[in-house]
Amino acid sequence: MRRLIIRRLLQTVPMLFFVSVVCFAMIKLAPGDPVLSFVTPNMHAEDIERIRHNLGLDQPAYIQYLIWLKELVRGNFGYSLVNHQPVLGQIMDRLPATAGLMGSAIGLAVLLAIPFGLWAGANRNRWIDRAINFFSYLGISVPVFWLAILLIYLFAIHLHWLPSMGMRTIGVSSAADVIRHGLLPCVVLTFGFLAVYVRYIRSSTIGQLKEDYVQIQYAFGSSKTTILFRHVLKHVLLPVITLLGMSMGDLVAGAIVTETVFSWPGIGSLGMTAVRGMDYPLIMGITLLSSVLLILGNLAADILYSIVDPRIKGSR
Amino acid sequence: MNRSTWKNVSSELLENRWGLAALILLIVLILGAIFAFVSPNDPNEMNVLERLKAPGAGHWFGTDEYGRDYLARALYGGRISLLVGFSSMLVATLIGVTVGVVSGYFGGWVDSILMRLLDVVMSIPSFLILLLLSVFLKPSVGNIILIIALLMWMNISRVVRAETMTIKEREFVLYAKSSGQSTFGIIRRHILPGLVPVIIVGATNSIASAIMMESSLSFLGFGVQPPNATWGSMLNSAQGSMAQAPYLAVFPGLLILLTVLSFNVLGDILRVGFEPKLIKR
Repeated sequence: MRRLIIRRLLQTVPMLFFVSVVCFAMIKLAPGDPVLSFVTPNMHAEDIERIRHNLGLDQPAYIQYLIWLKELVRGNFGYSLVNHQPVLGQIMDRLPATAGLMGSAIGLAVLLAIPFGLWAGANRNRWIDRAINFFSYLGISVPVFWLAILLIYLFAIHLHWLPSMGMRTIGVSSAADVIRHGLLPCVVLTFGFLAVYVRYIRSSTIGQLKEDYVQIQYAFGSSKTTILFRHVLKHVLLPVITLLGMSMGDLVAGAIVTETVFSWPGIGSLGMTAVRGMDYPLIMGITLLSSVLLILGNLAADILYSIVDPRIKGSR
Repeated sequence: MNRSTWKNVSSELLENRWGLAALILLIVLILGAIFAFVSPNDPNEMNVLERLKAPGAGHWFGTDEYGRDYLARALYGGRISLLVGFSSMLVATLIGVTVGVVSGYFGGWVDSILMRLLDVVMSIPSFLILLLLSVFLKPSVGNIILIIALLMWMNISRVVRAETMTIKEREFVLYAKSSGQSTFGIIRRHILPGLVPVIIVGATNSIASAIMMESSLSFLGFGVQPPNATWGSMLNSAQGSMAQAPYLAVFPGLLILLTVLSFNVLGDILRVGFEPKLIKR
């Protein structure tokens, strides 16, 4: 197992390197000269050159990359081109809103997907399986923005039960208020994740039910429910670890559309603002953070998997 | 790919009620998009007197806030959405199959490099990059097709690579190698035919995701620009008149849902059809 962990760590380092190169390249290739955002009309040419020199922009690209990387490691993600605020600070301000929304959506989806997936898999081709299957097809095929608009129409415009946008009512700061605002976006996101997870768990349940240990339990006279929840559940939970690892990237930038429709003040809508304003440092900050989280999420999932399931020995 | 496999697939499709429904629906939608010009109404003709008319005899889908016939707009919008879906699929499949075959067939360092590249592209938040690139390169239909394809080839590439690795160990490939056939010839004559099933399944699923990406992009206002409509941008403008005319938000969304759903259903049925080893659902 230690070998697997070391191998995976060694694979992760070059990936992080490549991701950082891609992000750096995109900032470099972006149109427009970054010096221009410091230039005022009555500056001399040599002043401009001095700024260029002070910023290190007269250095060769690989030196610039190394400087950029060094600053990155020290927590300096650069400054926004639009409001000149530090990028990392802006992202961190928005992180709780997104992490809260995504965390609850993913958590809810996992909690719901396990019983539904087991239920569907154990009753393959019965009506309950068909119903669950139908909903999971809907979940992977429905455009999130459409679902969002329909829910807003129904619950906010028509029934006036829930607010349609934002995270707080102005002047109110209670948890209940945030939950009321977060309910609709959370439902939209949960539906999408749930559909994917249920399909996954259903098919792995079907696979597990064919295993020998299930037959042996039947032979011992265990009931179907006991087998499902005592034995199959354990095996079915394993791939959920991988699913969660893959969702780590979504935690940051996965809700761009949902956050935009509901004006949820998270990283997704920050990314949207950044794209609208062509704010490259900010876009790259979000991209970098999201990629790194995804890579580390996959790494953590693989390591966890190998701890929980000792059958995996350094293979792959 | 022999005849019995095709028989298997087509019977799977026709015997499955959902598969048949999806197929018929897609044919209707595609015909609607192709023959959109049959509609008596111009999709971009504005008429102030006919603003926000509810669905009825003259306008089956009603009219939008400029009095434009919504059915005509939905048909022409479908044209762009489906065109983007199919073309992105073609480009993505081309990239994905090339990378997958090269990676799987040659292995070694070529494989390592290509797979690391794939991992990097997969770890980047694709929708953010999609938005960025579409701002960067003027949102024309051609650019949108290219951008979506560039963010979508990885899944096909993975399955093609895995399949290539199995096929290349089969006796007929080993024989072809030892009989001195050229590498290109072996790939074309012996590897590619065996890849057809995974390519078809992957391609079907990628049309679904391409249509979804295009409509999300257009919904956010970064896709195909007005006055041309796509289903996504129609939903975007429908938001403005939701209170008076909720039907404006219903039709385009329903069309996206049904199209994407049909391609997803077809993809799954094809997967089962191509793999008779799997127990039928």
